[in-house]
Order: sequence, then C-alpha cells, then structure tokens
Amino acid sequence: MKLSALHQSYLNRRSNSFRSPTSLDSSVDGSGKSLIAVFWLILHCLCCLISLVLGFRFSRLVFFFLFSTSSMNLYSAPFRPDLPVKHLDVHTIGRNLDPGANGTVAMATKSSRVVVGRHGIRIRPWPHPNPVEVMKAHGIIERVQKEQKTIFGMKSSKMVIAVTPTYVRTFQALHLTGVVHSLMLVPYDVVWIVVEAGGATNETGLIIAKSGLRTIHVGIDQRMPNTWEDRSKLEVFMRLQALRVVREEKLDGIVMFADDSNMHSMEFFDEIQNVKWFGTVSVGILAHSGNAEEMVMSMDKRKEMEKEEEEESSSLPVQGPACNSTDQLIGWHIFNTLPYAGKSAVYIDDVAAVLPQKLEWSGFVLNSRLLWEEAENKPEWVKDFGSLNENEGVESPLSLLKDPSMVEPLGSCGRQVLLWWLRVEARADSKFPPGWIIDPPLEITVAAKRTPWPDVPPEPPTKKKDQMPLSQGNTVVVIPKQQQHSTKIRKPKRRSKKNKHEPRPTDTQVYSSSSKHQERN
Amino acid sequence: MKLSSWVLIFLLCNLTFLSSISAFRLSRSQPTERISGSAGDVLEDNPVGRLKVFVYELPSKYNKKILQKDPRCLNHMFAAEIYMQRFLLSSPVRTLNPEEADWFYVPVYTTCDLTPNGLPLPFKSPRMMRSAIQLIASNWPYWNRTEGADHFFVVPHDFGACFHYQEEKAIGRGILPLLQRATLVQTFGQRNHVCLKEGSITVPPYAPPQKMQSHLIPEKTPRSIFVYFRGLFYDVGNDPEGGYYARGARAAVWENFKDNPLFDISTEHPTTYYEDMQRAIFCLCPLGWAPWSPRLVEAVIFGCIPVIIADDIVLPFADAIPWEDIGVFVDEKDVPYLDTILTSIPPEVILRKQRLLANPSMKQAMLFPQPAQPGDAFHQVLNGLARKLPHERSVYLRPGEKLLNWTAGPVADLKPW
Repeated sequence: MKLSALHQSYLNRRSNSFRSPTSLDSSVDGSGKSLIAVFWLILHCLCCLISLVLGFRFSRLVFFFLFSTSSMNLYSAPFRPDLPVKHLDVHTIGRNLDPGANGTVAMATKSSRVVVGRHGIRIRPWPHPNPVEVMKAHGIIERVQKEQKTIFGMKSSKMVIAVTPTYVRTFQALHLTGVVHSLMLVPYDVVWIVVEAGGATNETGLIIAKSGLRTIHVGIDQRMPNTWEDRSKLEVFMRLQALRVVREEKLDGIVMFADDSNMHSMEFFDEIQNVKWFGTVSVGILAHSGNAEEMVMSMDKRKEMEKEEEEESSSLPVQGPACNSTDQLIGWHIFNTLPYAGKSAVYIDDVAAVLPQKLEWSGFVLNSRLLWEEAENKPEWVKDFGSLNENEGVESPLSLLKDPSMVEPLGSCGRQVLLWWLRVEARADSKFPPGWIIDPPLEITVAAKRTPWPDVPPEPPTKKKDQMPLSQGNTVVVIPKQQQHSTKIRKPKRRSKKNKHEPRPTDTQVYSSSSKHQERN
Repeated sequence: MKLSSWVLIFLLCNLTFLSSISAFRLSRSQPTERISGSAGDVLEDNPVGRLKVFVYELPSKYNKKILQKDPRCLNHMFAAEIYMQRFLLSSPVRTLNPEEADWFYVPVYTTCDLTPNGLPLPFKSPRMMRSAIQLIASNWPYWNRTEGADHFFVVPHDFGACFHYQEEKAIGRGILPLLQRATLVQTFGQRNHVCLKEGSITVPPYAPPQKMQSHLIPEKTPRSIFVYFRGLFYDVGNDPEGGYYARGARAAVWENFKDNPLFDISTEHPTTYYEDMQRAIFCLCPLGWAPWSPRLVEAVIFGCIPVIIADDIVLPFADAIPWEDIGVFVDEKDVPYLDTILTSIPPEVILRKQRLLANPSMKQAMLFPQPAQPGDAFHQVLNGLARKLPHERSVYLRPGEKLLNWTAGPVADLKPW
C-alpha cells in the first residue's frame, strides 16, 4: 500500500509537470476545461518545438497571418543565412484613403518601390570578405593616397644618402639591423654608404646585403680604438671619407648620418626632404649608463642641483637648434654633461654614462651638392669640401660652413625630436659567434634545469614527491606538481586537462646538441 | 603724407578682402570642379534682387516663447527653422511691404517641443500650424488671395509636414490639409511619398558648423579607411527583432560586413568621429527611421564620398547639386553586394567625386552658418524659391473661390492651440 501510494505520488508529480495541477483531481468534473487547457498547452509546446527547429517565432507568424490588419503590408519572412537571397515581394502602399482629402492624394497612390513595414534582413550566402575585392580596395586606397600626396605632399622626393660608420663587435648586429630596418622602410630612394673600421669584412657585408638597398661598403685600415673619445675622432674621419665618396660619385640627394646605434623615426626622413642646403634637427640624447645605481644617484644629484640653483640650463636630454619666437635659428641646445662630470665612461665597455659630443653629426643633414666640386647655385657660405683640412680638427659638420647661422632648423624649429642618440656596447671580454651562426657546435654545455616536456616517460615516483628522474643521464629535472600525469593527485579535472605550459618561464637554454648528447647517453 | 595714405588704402583693401573670405577655411590648393545640377550652374547665384520675402509678425508664442522654454532647439538637427527666421529678418531680400512681396514666410517653430532626451514631439505641431494659419488668414488678406500658394513654411521634422515620427502614422495623416498649396522647405525627401509634395525644397539637416570646423585635420593626412560608419544597426528599443528599422538595410550591412577589414563599422561613437571621417574614402549614409540624416552633411564637409542607401531618396537641393556625380547610390536590395559595388568603381571616378566634394561652394551649401554667408543653405533656399518665380496665374484665386478644406484632418487637429 505504501508502495502504491508512493508510486501514485510519483506519478502525480510526473504528470503535474505536463498537465495543469487540477487535471488529475478533477478529471471527471472539469474534463472539458482540462481538455481545452491540455489542448492549448500541447499546442504551445508544439509551436515552441517547431520554432526551435525552424529558428524563428513560428507561433507569432501564424497569429500574424491570421489577424493582420489591412494597413500592414505583406512582407517576406526573415532570411536564414544559409538560404539563397530571396527577392522581396513588393506591393503597393495600401493606405486608407481619406475621402475628404484633395486631389493631391491621388498622386500618392502611385505605386512606389518602397514599402513600409517589416523587411527581411538580406544576408548573402557567404558573408565574408572576398580576397580579390580586398586587393582591389587596397589598390583604390593607394591610388587615392597617391593623389593626396601629389596635391598636398611632396612634389618631388630626393634620394636619401645614409652614412654609417661601423666596426665589427658584439653589438654590431643589433645596431646595424635596426638601421637596416629603418632604411628599408624609407619611402624614398636610398644609397647607404657604410664605412668600416678594420677593413671591409664579410660579416658587415652580409648584414648590409640583406637590406636590399644600394650600398657602398668602404673599409678603413685603422682599428677602432678603445676609448670613446678616440672612437668619435675616428668616426669623424670615417664620415669624411664617406663624404668624399659622395663627392667623387656625384651622388645627388640629401646626406644624413645614420650612426649604427641610433634610432630614427620615419617622420625624420619625411622632414629632411624639406632641406635646401644645410639643416639641423633635434636629437634625443639617451645617455645611459649600465649601472642603475649610478643613474639613480645622478638623478638625485640633479634634483639637488635644481633645488640649489634657481636658473639652470634645460635638463632635457635633447641636442638641437634653438630658435627665437620668429622661428629663426639663434643657437643650439646642447646636452648638459655637468651631472655626469667625472663619472662618464672613458673606455668603451665602461659601466658608466656615455656622453655625446657637443654637437653630434647625426643631428645634421646636408644637400649632397654642397660637396660637389661644381654645383650651380652653391651658396657662398659653404667652404669647399675638397680643400678641407682635417688636421685642423673637424668636430661637427658646422666646420664645413663659413657661416653657421645659415643652417635651416627642421622639425618645426627643433620642437620635434625625430631621432635618438644612444651608445651601448658590450663588455670587453664578450664573445660572440662570427656572423651569429653557431657552427661547429659549441664547447659549452649548460645543464638544463627544467624542460617543459619529459624526454623519457616518467617513472613512478620514488621517495620524494616533487622530484622525478627523467632520463638516465646525469641531469635531474625538477618538474612542478602540475605536470605529473601519472600520479593520482586529487585535483580538479579541469586543471589536468588544461595542463599545457610551465607557469613560470624556464631558464633553460638547451642547445640542441646538448640534448642530443644526453639522449645518446 | 602721400605714402601714409597709400598705406592706409592698401590696409583697407586687405581688410575687406580678408573679411569677404568665408569663415569656413578650407585648403584652396586642392583642384576642384564646378558643380552644376539640373537647373544649371546655380550654386553660387545671389538671390538678392531676384525675390522679395515678407515675414509675418506672429505673436511670440509661436516662436520666441517656444525657444525661450527650450533653448536646446538651437543646436539640434531641426534648428533650420529658427535660423531661417533669424536670417530672413536681417536679409536684404526681406521687404516690409507685403504688396510687393513674391513670397510670404510664416515663422512658426513646430519642432521645438522636446522630450527630456531632446527628441521633438510632433503631437501639437498640427494644431500650432493650424492656429498660425488661422491667424494670418484672419489678419492679412494675402493668405486668402492664394490660399497659401505663395507662402512657404519650414518643416524640418522627420517626415516633414506629416508631423509624425512613425512612418506609417505619418503616411496615414498625410500632409496637413492646410498646407496643400504652400511651398514646404523640409529635410525629408522621398520620391512618390505622401509626405513629399511636388515643388517642395529639400534642405540638409542642421549641423553645427563651428563644431565641425574645430575637428578639421590636415588635408594631407592619407585616407586609409575604405568604408566608415558609426551608428545603430538594430534599434533594440523600438524594433528588437530587426526588419523595421531602416527597412532592414542597416542590419544587412552589419550582418554582411561585420568581419570585413575594409569596413570600419560599429555602434560605438568615438570622440574622434569627425577626424575618422576625414581619413575615410567612403562614408555610409544609410536610412534610419527616416531616409535623411546629418551624416550626409558631415560626409560632404569632410570630403568623404557618401554612400547613400535609401531607395528613392530626394537629397537636398537636388536641382542645384548633381548628387549622382558626387555620391554613390546603392539600392537597399543590393546591400549584400556593397563591397563588390564599391570596389568596382574605377579610381578615376572616385578621384572626380573627391574633387567635386572639395569644391568649397558645395560644402558651403550644406551649412547654416551664423551669420549667413553667401552660398550657404539659406541662400540656396532663396535661390530655389527664386527659381519658382514668377508664380503662375492659377496661383491667384478668384474672389470667393475656396480650395482648401479647413475641417479636414483628424479631429484632434482641429482643437485650438
């Protein structure tokens, strides 16, 4: 009996979810009522199911068709994305004509293409970009931009002649690659004159050749000295050699000095196109010292100095032209080297701030015609380059001029910093593979602390839970807990499934040769 | 003495020259083309001397008091009616002698009853208009002389003189019966539509000139966006299922091109909206609840070719401006193929459209600057009115002849205002 009661109540509960609560009790009395209720419920469920299947509100559509008013017009159902585009069935506007209105109303009943009411949303069968059209659009954009350039931008662009003194050292590849990429992005013709101390080497030649630009590789027999001062002197000599090449080859364009560790912005190349004869730009000076403590100390000292002295020359790390209010050149801003007095680097690998010269060559650009022997309209305030005497000491390009006030300030009179000066070099004892190609395999192998994957299937754990001998070699790999697949550690399933990479960055540097070596072992 | 007098004259000449340059500064270095529409090369005509307009002196409850109640009316896109009156009051075409006037202007602000959100409610507008017309009909003889055929009204609301924001209801109401013979200056324009009467002058919606001018960027900034649009695709509040709003066209744009990198379309309104338009080649101007929108004005000012997606739309000053040459018209049924259509336009055609858009008289004709300047939208309206002169003989009615039905229309409209 109990069972049957339970069974009955269970049945009750089940049936109640489908029928109205009164249906079972008043089965005889309200049979008619319940039937209607049941019928509506079943109809509702049926409509829900159908609409689920078909994807739109079927029931509402049925009611709409049954009870639509005359003022509403016929339309076609919302489209499904996978069906082909249907054509809209157009009917004329059927408005309720106002019998009292005038004759102008008759005009309005002319059939119009446009229908008021609900329309379908047209989606084409494959609503994704078409690559052919994307290419055509890019062609249009290019054409429009070209037209814009001809109207508003440069009328004619001059070639850019880049002069870079360099020499083979650890950081050469880093610096030179930066210059390669900058020059490759220049939208004008480029000639790159690379002057190398210690002779023209293959290493430098390889890096330069990758740029795909027209290059002139000149070698100087002297080796690059070890102190910054001597180095800058030799660089001046190298740059003058390059200028001699410009003169001999009669290259026509704008000469800029791209030191290999500098960084140039693209606007710099656009701005120097405006130079007529001799221009100067503002250079951001990044006098970086390898020692962070030093930097902090020098910053504090600078703050102290600022507190002491009310007036101080600008402590902005910028070297460039100074203009008066009418945008005329009146002088130069020079990097303030006082805070670094006595603490600047002397040798190339010193851990101290590297200071620039008074006026860096990279902040100047000149029209190559200034260097030619014969050039029309050459201004008189330029010294003849051929008769330049280097022994007198050429410190900055201003020595090429008789009158330094004729220099044109570029970059809205020096307010825009268009390139940055930086000198970073490696330690004296740093070694690097020539051409950065590791061949033959190195003698140095470093034991791997961690590898993200086990080379050999892990063995069952021994005494220590968090250590796992991987290979039979002499390396011990410590795997963090998450990666132990075999052990049945109680953890949520999700995490084990999402077990992909190390949470912490590995500090391994496994040379391929060394791992192979281990495996063989 | 002589030298100083020459210097003075030279300075004076400079000053007058500078002041005559329109305040909307544009780079004149871009080559442009002359714009001539179906009515000829009429954009730069000067209406002064070609027509005379008499402005009725209505009690201030029809205009000034309404504006005092809600000064937001000066900045929204229906502000043309207010500025039209202000301009006419101080213009040389105004005459104080109604006997010699060719056109009569009734300054009634029907679109200034705003909700807290700033949208105008049109429910009282028919009554207001009716009461204004009754006033002028009883106080001056000029209305009854022609039953309004030489009067013009500015009705910048969504569907013009149908005075409703919902299209079906607007069609149901039709144009206010009393305005059946008057000339309507409105923003709404759609061919074969009840709410566009023959002979109406379509004007652009009001867009604040200073605001747009303050967002100009250098013209040499390369145009790198192919198609640009910012606005709603689905009006979730009023039309949650889609298909009603914009006749499904905006939703179609979204569904077809939401992942297309050429189309920079979104509902988010960034602060750099105007600057972005100046970096785009095409700007979409699809219809919304009504076919017109201020986007057209913005596109023209910023030199972006308008892509108009609204069937049968009538664009502002359609007889003076050859819109077919300037913009791209796409049928609503062709929206899924918009990318094909736009990429198949030859580059020379695109460059020509940009040259036409760069024409300063084109940009000037779309604006309502204060004070009014030659060639701006006011002057184009006056030019349009001047082109309709002289009036036909049928305009003047015989005494006692009545054509208008003063009791037509819904009963609610007949209540006094």
